[in-house]
Amino acid sequence: MSKDHFDVDECLHQIKHYLPAQAPLKDFVHHNTLHAFQAESFFEATARASAMLGYKVSLSLRAFREMYKQDSIPSEHLDKAIRSTYGDVQIPHWREMMLNHKFEATYNPFVGQLRASWKNLYKVDMNTLTHTRLFRILNSYLDQGISIWQFPVTTRGFMSALRELEKYSKVSLFNSDRVQKLFQLNRPTITQLLDLLVGRASLYENYLFDLQFAHPGWSGMVAFIESNPDALLDKRQITLEEAIILELLLEIDVLDTKFGTQWKPLGLNNSIRSIDLFKKAKVTNYQCTLQLWQQAFENTFYDEVLTGIQKNKVISEPHTASFQAFMCIDDRECSWRRYIEQLEPNCQTFGTPGHFGLEYYFQPEHGKFHTKVCPAPVTPKILVKEFGATAKLKRDVHFSKHTHGILGAFLLTHTYGFISAFKLAFSIFKPSFSPAANSSFNFMDATAKLTIEHVNEPLTKDGLQIGFTLEQMTLVVEKVLKSTGLTHDFAPLIYMIGHGASSVNNTYYAGYDCGACCGRPGSVNARIFATIANKPSVRSELIERGIFIPEGTQFIGGLHDTTRDEVTFFDEEFLTSENAKRHLENKPTFNKALTLNAKERSRRFVTINTKASAAKIHAQVKKRSITIFEPRPELNHASNCLCVVGRREMTKGLFLDRRAFMNSYDCKQDPDGTFLLTILNAAAPVCGGINLEYYFSRVDNHKLGAGSKLPHNVIGLNAIANGIEGDLRPGLPTQMTELHDPLRLLMIIEHYPEVILSAIKSNPVTYEWFKNEWVNMVAVNPDTKKIYRFSNEEFMQYDPLDLVSSQLGSLVSQIENSSQNISAQLAS
Amino acid sequence: MMIEIQQILPVLISLPIVGALFAMLFGKHSEKGISYSVILATGAHLLLTFTLVGVWAFRHFEVINIKEVVLYKMQGYEFFIDLYFDKLTAVYLLVGSIMTFLITIYSSFYMHNEHGYRRFFTNIMFFFFGYNVVILSGNFETLFLGWEILGVSSFLLIAYYRDRYLPVKNAVKVFSIYRVGDIGLILAMWLSHHLWHENITFFKLNNLALVHNQIAHHQLLALSVAMSILLTAVIKSAQFPFSSWLPRAMEGPTPSSAIFYGSLAVHIGAFLLQRTAGFWEDMLFFKVQLILVGLVSAALSTFTARVQSSIKAQVAYSSIAQIGIIFIELAFGWYDLALIHFVGNSFLRTYQLLISPSIVTYKIREQFFNFEPSADGLTKKWPKKISYTLYMLSLQEWKLDDFLYKRLWLPVKNIGARLNFLNLSNILIFFVPLLVGAFCLLYFKADIPSEIAQYIPEIFALIGLILVIKAFTERRSVRLSFALVLLNHLWVAMAISFNDNVNWEHIIIYLSGVFLFGLLGFATILWLKKLERRVFLNQFYGHSYEHPRIAFFFLLCCLGMAGFPISPTFIGEDLIYSHIQSGQLFLAVFVSLSFIIDGLALIRIYARVFLGPHHKTYHESAYRSS
Repeated sequence: MSKDHFDVDECLHQIKHYLPAQAPLKDFVHHNTLHAFQAESFFEATARASAMLGYKVSLSLRAFREMYKQDSIPSEHLDKAIRSTYGDVQIPHWREMMLNHKFEATYNPFVGQLRASWKNLYKVDMNTLTHTRLFRILNSYLDQGISIWQFPVTTRGFMSALRELEKYSKVSLFNSDRVQKLFQLNRPTITQLLDLLVGRASLYENYLFDLQFAHPGWSGMVAFIESNPDALLDKRQITLEEAIILELLLEIDVLDTKFGTQWKPLGLNNSIRSIDLFKKAKVTNYQCTLQLWQQAFENTFYDEVLTGIQKNKVISEPHTASFQAFMCIDDRECSWRRYIEQLEPNCQTFGTPGHFGLEYYFQPEHGKFHTKVCPAPVTPKILVKEFGATAKLKRDVHFSKHTHGILGAFLLTHTYGFISAFKLAFSIFKPSFSPAANSSFNFMDATAKLTIEHVNEPLTKDGLQIGFTLEQMTLVVEKVLKSTGLTHDFAPLIYMIGHGASSVNNTYYAGYDCGACCGRPGSVNARIFATIANKPSVRSELIERGIFIPEGTQFIGGLHDTTRDEVTFFDEEFLTSENAKRHLENKPTFNKALTLNAKERSRRFVTINTKASAAKIHAQVKKRSITIFEPRPELNHASNCLCVVGRREMTKGLFLDRRAFMNSYDCKQDPDGTFLLTILNAAAPVCGGINLEYYFSRVDNHKLGAGSKLPHNVIGLNAIANGIEGDLRPGLPTQMTELHDPLRLLMIIEHYPEVILSAIKSNPVTYEWFKNEWVNMVAVNPDTKKIYRFSNEEFMQYDPLDLVSSQLGSLVSQIENSSQNISAQLAS
Repeated sequence: MMIEIQQILPVLISLPIVGALFAMLFGKHSEKGISYSVILATGAHLLLTFTLVGVWAFRHFEVINIKEVVLYKMQGYEFFIDLYFDKLTAVYLLVGSIMTFLITIYSSFYMHNEHGYRRFFTNIMFFFFGYNVVILSGNFETLFLGWEILGVSSFLLIAYYRDRYLPVKNAVKVFSIYRVGDIGLILAMWLSHHLWHENITFFKLNNLALVHNQIAHHQLLALSVAMSILLTAVIKSAQFPFSSWLPRAMEGPTPSSAIFYGSLAVHIGAFLLQRTAGFWEDMLFFKVQLILVGLVSAALSTFTARVQSSIKAQVAYSSIAQIGIIFIELAFGWYDLALIHFVGNSFLRTYQLLISPSIVTYKIREQFFNFEPSADGLTKKWPKKISYTLYMLSLQEWKLDDFLYKRLWLPVKNIGARLNFLNLSNILIFFVPLLVGAFCLLYFKADIPSEIAQYIPEIFALIGLILVIKAFTERRSVRLSFALVLLNHLWVAMAISFNDNVNWEHIIIYLSGVFLFGLLGFATILWLKKLERRVFLNQFYGHSYEHPRIAFFFLLCCLGMAGFPISPTFIGEDLIYSHIQSGQLFLAVFVSLSFIIDGLALIRIYARVFLGPHHKTYHESAYRSS
C-alpha cells in the first residue's frame, strides 16, 4: 500500500497515540506502558509492539527455563498451558520447544530503519548531531525551576518564543543561513520541511515515526504537556508539531553545514523502501513458546491463590466488631490489615480506593496552586482549602541559587562548604529528616482546618465550588459504605486510613503515594470523609437512603506511611470520652501491626536482618526512609498481581504476600452488579495500570523502564535522564522492578459469572481490559466457591491445580528465611 | 626523626590497591566481601592520614621529601619514585581520604544489586590510588604515573554503564581531552630535563635560590615548561576552553560523579599549579595568563550554570567557576585561601550532587508555595539584544564543545580520511620495505652526510605519526588499526636511534613493553575473531556483554602498549625524551603527538570492540539516545 498523500494531522495523531504518556514527576501516576496497543488482545498486541518498536515483552527464555529448573514453575503447569492452547497431542512438541529448543531470535524493529540511511548513505550521524541541541532547547523552555535564568520568553508558545529569541539574539540556534531564513521568514510546516529533507511523500510517516522514536522520552513529554497544560505549575504552551518542526530544521541545518545547500533528499535514493509500520506481526515459534511460558508462569501463582480460596474456611465476620477500619485497596495495605486482624480478631477491615470517593482539589494554606487528590482521569469541580496552618517551609542552602552565582558561591564555599562536609558525614552515619526529604505527614498540617462544607460562597476564578454540599457529602458516604457492604452492624469507632510515603533523594516520590489520590498522600481525604460521616445532617440523610449509623458511632481519619510503617490520626479531640478510651486501646493494635508489618517487609531488604526483633527492624525501616543513599526506601507495588473484589471472609486467613489489591464488596447487597461496575471502572485501569507498568518496566527495563536509578540526572524538575545529554527516561527504574514477577493482574471477583459479565459489558472501556486479557479475571461463585475463568469473552469453569506443598513450615519462619516470593497459603 | 613518616607513606599509597585486590578475591555478587574490603582499606587510609598529619603537625609542619625507589639508573639519568609531603599534600590528602571513605560507605548500600558492583569499587580504589600518587608525588615522573592512572580510571568510571551508547561515547571523549592534557605534562617533563639536566624533584623546585638562578638563564625554556603545566592544569580542571567535558563526565552512578567530577578529579589541575608554584611565581607573563584563564572560565561558566536546566550540569559549571577563582587566587599568591576554597568547593559540590535527586521534591514544594508568574526577558535592565545573545551563548555552552570538536578532532579525522587508501596489504607492501630501508640507513648512519642526517629523525617521527593517525581514524579493521600502532612505535624508535648516540638498552626498554603487550593484544583480537563474526571499528559492538574476561585482558594489553605504568614502556617513553634535544621542537611534538594518539587509538579500539550496546539483539538493549 503506497500512501502518496501525506496527512500530517493524522500522522501526528498516530504518533501521539504511540508515545509514552508519562506525566511530569510531581504527578507521576502508574499507567499501562503499552496503552497504545490496548485495543488488541494481549499476546497479539505485545507481539506487534515488539516487531514495530523492538520492545522485549516477556521474560527471556533463559529466565523461564531457570525458574523451571528451580521448580518455581512446576512441570504440570507446562502441560496445562500447552493443553489449553494446542491440545494434548501437541504436548511433547511444545515441551521440547519450551525446554530445549535453540532459537535464533533478534530484535530488528520496523521503526528506525529508514532514518538509519543517513548514516549508511550520507555518513551523517544525525542523532548525535541534533539530539543534544534539541533536548537543550526543549528543556530550557519547559524547565520549572532548575535554571536560574529562565527561558527569556515564556509567555508565548514555543515556536513564537523561539522566533522572538532568534530575532534579537546575535547568535543563532542554526549554523546554516538558509535554515535561519527558513525559520524566521517562511514559518515552514512539517510537510514542507519533509519535502526538503525526504522528498517522497510515501516515506513521510515512516520518517516521522523514526524521528520521534529516536527519543521517545522527550517526544512523549512534549505530547503530554500539549494535551495536559496543567501538568506544569509554571505554564508553557508547546505542541508536538512545533517540536518536530524544530527538529526537522536542525536536521536540515546539519546537512547544510556538512554539504552546503545542495544535497539529495533522502527519499530520492532508489534503495530506500517504505515500510508498513502497523502490520500484524508474524507469529513465530519463538513468540508462541514465550507465550506458553508466560501462561504457565501466571497459572502457577494464580492456582495457588485460587486453591487457597477454595480451601479457606469461611469464618463469618463478627456482628459486634470492636472497631472497623477502611484502608486503600493498595497492595501495601494488604499485609497490615492481616496483622491488625490477627492481633484483634474482633475487628473488621475494609478496602476501598484511598480517595474515599471524594473528588476535589486541595489547596494548602499559602499554596499558590491547588492539587488534585482523586483519581487522575477525574476532573473535580470542588476545592477544599486549608487554613490556620502553623507549619513553616524549611529551607536548605544546597538548593539555593546563590551556590551557583560567582560571588555567592565564593562566599558559600569558604563557609558553608565546610558545613556540607559535616552534613555529608551525618547523612551517612546518622540520617535525620531534612528539608530535602518528602514526608507524607507534611502534606497537610494536622492542626489546620479545612473548608469542608460549602457555605454559599461564590465560585473561585477557576470555576470551583468551595466545599461540598450536603447532597454531595451524603452521596460520597453512601457510595463508599454501600459498595463495600458496610451498611449495618456499625462498630463504635470506624477508622478511615489513607496512605502516603516518605522518602529522600527519590524522584519517583509521587509514585509512592496513593494512586487513587493522584500521587498524593490520602490524609486530607481520610480526614474529610471522617468529618463528613460524623455530621448529624449527613447521618439523617443517610437514614433516608437505608443506612442507619448509630449515634455513638464515630468516624476518625488517619494516615498510614507505607515507607516508615507509621500511622497518625486526625481530629482525635472530637471523640466522645468512651470512644476516646476505645481509641486509646486500639492504637497499640495498629502500631503493633505496623511493627510486624515492617518485619515482614524487611525480608526483601538486604541490609536488614529479618531474624532480629520486630521493634529493632522497625527502627531500621524508618531510617531507610530518610537515608540519602537508599535507592529502595520501600518496594512500592513490586510483586503485585492480584485484585480481590469481594468480602473479606473469602481471603481472610489466606497469606497473599502483599501481592493483592483488595476492594471490599458484598455481592449479596448488590445482586445486579451496579456497585460492582463502579468498583471495576476504577479498579481495572488503576490496578491494571500499576500492574502493567511494573510488568513492562520489568521485562524491558532499557526501553520501557527507566534503567538503573543510580546515574539519573534531574531534568527541568519534570523528568530524569541519564547524564546530561540523554533522552528522558519514562517508566520505572530497575530498583523498583527488580523484585517484581511480571504476571498480569488476576482480578478475582466474588459474584455469579453472568452478573459480572453483564455488568462489565455495559462499559466498553472497562470491558476492553478483560476482553483483550490485559487483565485476567475469575469469578468465584459466592455459594459454591466454584471458579470460572474469563477467556475469549466468556466464563468457563476452571479447576486450579493444587500443588502447594503442605510442608512449607510456619509463616514466620518462611518470612524470616526467604527473600523470594512466598506461595499463597492458608495461615495455619 | 623522619623514619616513621617514611614508612607510613608507601603504606598509605598502597592501601587502595590492597583494598581493590581484596575486593577482587570475592565473587562478583558477594557485595559484603567487596564492600568490607574497600571500606576497611579506606578506613585504614583515613586513620593513617590523621595520624600522619598529626605527627607532621607535631613536628612543626616540616616539609618532607623521600626518594622512594630508583626504577632505572644510568649515567646522567635516573628514573625514580619520589614522595613529598607539605601543607598542600596534607590538605588534599585529608579531603581525598575523608571523601573517599564516606563515599565508599555510601556506595556500598547505594550500589546494591547493580551489575558491576565489584567493578565499580575496584575502579574507585584504582582512582584513589592514582589520586594518592599524584598528591604525594615528589617529582614529575611520579606525578605522571599517578596522572595516567587517574585518566584511565576516569574513563572506566564514566563508561561504567558500558552497554549504553552515551556513557561510552562520553568516556572516550573525556579520555581524549585528558590525553591532550598529558601532552602538556610530557612536554613539561621533557623541557625540564633540559632545564635542570636531571629529573627534578618538587622539593628542589621550591628551592627559590636554585630556581631563580636557573630561570634567569633560560627564560624561554622556563616559560615553556610553565605554559605546558598550565595547559595540563586547565584541561584537568575543565577551565576555558576545555570546560565542556566536565558535565559530560557525569554518566556514572551519582556518588562516583559526585566525588570525582564534583571534587577530587577537577581540583587536580589547581593542585598541579600550586605544587609547581615555586617555579612560576616570578613569571609575570604566566601569572597574567593564569588570571585570564581563571577569569574567563569563571565568567563563562557562571553564565552557563545559570541557564542549565539539568541539575548535574548546573553543579558542574558552578564548580568550574569556583576553580577559575582558585586559579586567580593562586596567581596572586594567596595559597592558603586557595586551599580553603578547594576544601569548601569540594564538599559543597559533592554534597549537592549526592542530594541532587531531592531537588524535585524541594523545588516543586517551593514553587507550589512561592510561585511568582514569570515575565519575559532575563532582566529588565539589559536590552534584549544583549541579554538574548548572552542567553543563547550560555545555552550553547559558549559553543566550546563544538570548538573542541572542530579544532582538535576534525583535523585529525580529515587527515585520517585522506589516508583511507591504506589497508593491511599495502601497508605490508609499502611500509615494511620502508622500515627495512630505514634499518639499512641506521646501519650506515655514519656515512650519511650530516645535512641529510639531521632531518631523518623528524621524517621518521612524522611517518610514525601519520601511521598512528590512520590507526586512530580507521573505520573497519581492528587488526590494521592495532598493527599501525605497533608500527608507529617502531618508527619512533627508529627516529630516536638516529637522533643520538643510540643506547640499545633504552630502545629495548621502550620496545619491550610495546611488543609484549602488542603481540598479546593482537592474539586477543584473533581469538575474539574466532569466536565472533563481527569484530570491526565502524560502530560500537559491545562484546564485553558476552566476553567480559577477554575485554579485561585486552584492556590490559592496550594499556601496556600505550605506556601505562604496568609496562616498561612507561620508563621507556621518558628515556626516549631524554634523547630529544631542547632545540628539536618538531621532533618532540611529533613524538608527543604519536604517544597521545597511540593511547587514543588503543582506547578507541577497546571501546568500539568491547563497549557500547551489544550488537547482538537477542536481549533488551537501550535506546541510543538514553
